[in-house]
Amino acid sequence: MVEKKGKKEQAPRAKMPEQAPDVRNKNFLEVPLGLTPDMAKMEAERCLQCKKPACVEGCPVSVDIPGFIARIAQGDFDGAAVKLWERNALPAVCGRVCPQEIQCEGNCILGKKGDSVAIGYLERFAADHARENGTADLPVVAEKTGKKVAVIGSGPSGLTVAGDLIVKGHDVTIFEAFHQSGGVLVYGIPEFRLPKSIVASEVETLVTLGVNIETNSVVGATVTIDELFEEGYDAVYVGVGAGLPRFMNLPGENLIGVFSANEYLTRTNLMKAYRFPEYDTPVPRGRNVVVLGAGNVAMDAARTAMRLGAESVKVVYRRSRAEMPARAEELHHAEEEGIEFILLTNPVQFFGNDNGRLTGMECLKMELGEPDDSGRRRPIAVEGSEYTIPCDLVVVSVGAQPNPLLTNATPDISLNRWGNIVADTATGKTTKKGVWAGGDIVTGMATVILAMGAGRESADSIHDYLTLGW
Amino acid sequence: MFKIVNREKMAQGTIVLNEIDAPRIARKAKPGQFVILQANEKGERIPLTMADVDSEKGTITIIYMIVGKSTRIFGNLQVGESYYAVIGPLGKATHIENRGKVVCVGGGTGIAVLHPITRGLKQAGNEVITILGSRNKDLLILEDKMAKVSDTLHICTDDGSRGHHGFVTDVLKDVLEKEDIGLVVAIGPVPMMKFVSMITRDKGIETLVSLNPIMVDGTGMCGGCRVSVGGETKFACVDGPEFDGHAVDYDELSKRLTAYQEDEKISMDACQAV
Ligand SMILES: Cc1cc2nc3c(=O)[nH]c(=O)nc-3n(C[C@H](O)[C@H](O)[C@H](O)COP(=O)(O)OP(=O)(O)OC[C@H]3O[C@@H](n4cnc5c(N)ncnc54)[C@H](O)[C@@H]3O)c2cc1C
Ligand SMILES: Cc1cc2nc3c(=O)[nH]c(=O)nc-3n(C[C@H](O)[C@H](O)[C@H](O)COP(=O)(O)OP(=O)(O)OC[C@H]3O[C@@H](n4cnc5c(N)ncnc54)[C@H](O)[C@@H]3O)c2cc1C
Ligand code: SF4
Ligand code: SF4
Ligand code: FES
Repeated sequence: MVEKKGKKEQAPRAKMPEQAPDVRNKNFLEVPLGLTPDMAKMEAERCLQCKKPACVEGCPVSVDIPGFIARIAQGDFDGAAVKLWERNALPAVCGRVCPQEIQCEGNCILGKKGDSVAIGYLERFAADHARENGTADLPVVAEKTGKKVAVIGSGPSGLTVAGDLIVKGHDVTIFEAFHQSGGVLVYGIPEFRLPKSIVASEVETLVTLGVNIETNSVVGATVTIDELFEEGYDAVYVGVGAGLPRFMNLPGENLIGVFSANEYLTRTNLMKAYRFPEYDTPVPRGRNVVVLGAGNVAMDAARTAMRLGAESVKVVYRRSRAEMPARAEELHHAEEEGIEFILLTNPVQFFGNDNGRLTGMECLKMELGEPDDSGRRRPIAVEGSEYTIPCDLVVVSVGAQPNPLLTNATPDISLNRWGNIVADTATGKTTKKGVWAGGDIVTGMATVILAMGAGRESADSIHDYLTLGW
Repeated sequence: MFKIVNREKMAQGTIVLNEIDAPRIARKAKPGQFVILQANEKGERIPLTMADVDSEKGTITIIYMIVGKSTRIFGNLQVGESYYAVIGPLGKATHIENRGKVVCVGGGTGIAVLHPITRGLKQAGNEVITILGSRNKDLLILEDKMAKVSDTLHICTDDGSRGHHGFVTDVLKDVLEKEDIGLVVAIGPVPMMKFVSMITRDKGIETLVSLNPIMVDGTGMCGGCRVSVGGETKFACVDGPEFDGHAVDYDELSKRLTAYQEDEKISMDACQAV
């Protein structure tokens, strides 16, 4: 174990080396470059190795944070990765995309007086080190049980279930609608924030462990859940995400140039339109771009537009800065890259030319009124404050809904009134025997780590079912 | 996977037929449904309707016109080669029932889409009057197959090289004068569907059209395929592709189809340069 530092003075928190803003806003390479081994060790030594670590309480899957950090401090980087894998199947991903400031790091005791330990950076470091050097041992696969599990969807929750159950000796097949696995990690989150080679390597590991992946399979269309049972599957996990875009139903929304974030990001990331015409799928390269919304999705769209050569990119949001739900790091990076935030502003309608192409957006100024149900102050329109923002590309990023394609084809799975699958919070069991569900399809769009946490709980419950019964 | 087991050229090589090994899809596909295909990993996702399905053999058949880079790459694939991805069956199946007398109007490759629907309508006991149109006699496809599933078949060509000299709408007007029609199905270029729908709207005859907006996923997750129907936004890939012809905003659809014109040209030029 690491010696506790007796002195009051804390070493400063590690600074992540990054590509400079005016360089990176023109390329799709990853923005933060990663800590060096020396930097990681120094940062790890800042951790007080608390007996009752508050940080762990902030982590939805209770990663043994002091445990993995101690190993980094000792220079045992592979040991740190193995420690992470005990609770988290995708540490290289979570180290990059978890909202650490409101989870683990937000709880870190050091954050009370100064800067919290950079837990996310360290998690990323250990996972990257193990992946790049290929030195950490793969988990041992238990003896085959002869049971077959179908996992529907290959996002973080599906991947977690597949990984857990293959190791426990079950046969696992993932059914994925797209031609590539990874869910939002490949079609939504851009390369500059999460390199696709990392996701591919995680998927590769699952295949090495014996997971079978059937891409191009839309469950509900290509095959139904009942047919999977007829084919001999003993249990089914549904992790199909919250894939349906929400539009705002404003006049002019079907003009050419108004996109859902899903379409804009899928074209760019999954179909690699940023490399058009080397790749065949095009994406509009807007000159003056407006992004509606202020979550991670909106920041990804805005930063993508900048990289595709926009002259101006504006994020238009109806509340104020304090309510913007994106990760702090994304907001910071976006601003550094030259993206303007137009706050307390709401779109009213879109204007186009005779060819049906977008030319501008009318919006309205808002002010904050009384707090609403969510405790956030409700934005109220300021009368007569209409004005027009000229633009040729609008990306609507105001949330997502569950896709009814699978659930329509499976009427015996109960849904709540928003169309999300009803699943037991502790086990992930749905109302249909032998079927579990977790991740965004149950909770609505949340986070990678919550989707993985739900996957892990369901995997445990599925294992119990396969060995003990429903 | 997705191996091409049969390939034919039609309409002087401008249209190509592929029969593809896709057992899971073949087991489930119904008339009116489509698939999305990718020729290779770098390729675009292209929606094409299934013109035929052989569930026993486990194959599906697509018939497509070579109009741009992707369909050109498709057209070059030979028997024994494979598509990288084929996804489906997507979209809603045609609702087929006995409506008495029906008219099926097809233009261009729309005829390929129309064929399984016409066959279904015939099998359901309808008297089927079919009207097919093309620019000239050499571009007309599937005439024999359509004849087999129709009680009456009319051919129209823009240049008069075969059948009626003029548009399908001329013949349609004639038929509607003389017969009591329960349903019209029109599948082809957007202007054709628009004019057919204008004629049948005046007469109050229910009309089904199949729309072909630009798509990405085909499962409802992108909204790229939005069309306005009866003043409401619909996603053609999951709510359609068939809609009430009288309610569709064809002008919006025509405009949206031009969204990538410049990029399509860049793609095609780059492809021709190789
Ligand atoms: C642009 C963007 C940025 C984000 N940024 C962050 C971030 O920084 N940090 C964070 O924690 N979270 C972020 N999120 C949220 C996070 O990505 C999701 O909460 C998480 O991916 C949900 O995981 P999941 O496994 O439930 O579903 P998904 O990742 O959505 O995966 C579902 C998979 O199921 C497939 N599928 C859907 N329907 C079917 C079907 N019928 N048959 C077969 N397969 C099907 C889909 O193609 C997809 O691959 C972001 C989301 C987006 C869209
Ligand atoms: C549900 C559906 C079923 C269809 N069925 C058939 C069919 O059976 N036979 C047939 O010949 N054609 C069919 N089409 C049209 C076919 O998808 C397009 O011709 C094809 O995508 C052209 O691609 P390209 O790269 O060769 O041409 P491009 O150069 O990319 O474009 C040429 C034309 O195709 C349209 N187009 C481009 N990309 C797409 C896309 N991803 N989705 C839809 N349209 C696009 C463009 O608007 C343009 O007008 C169908 C379309 C839809 C939506
Ligand atoms: S999984 Fe996320 S919340 Fe948990 S320790 Fe890692 S970065 Fe923090
Ligand atoms: S709360 Fe902070 S200092 Fe304490 S163990 Fe966790 S990371 Fe280390
Ligand atoms: S093609 Fe994406 S929603 Fe229809």
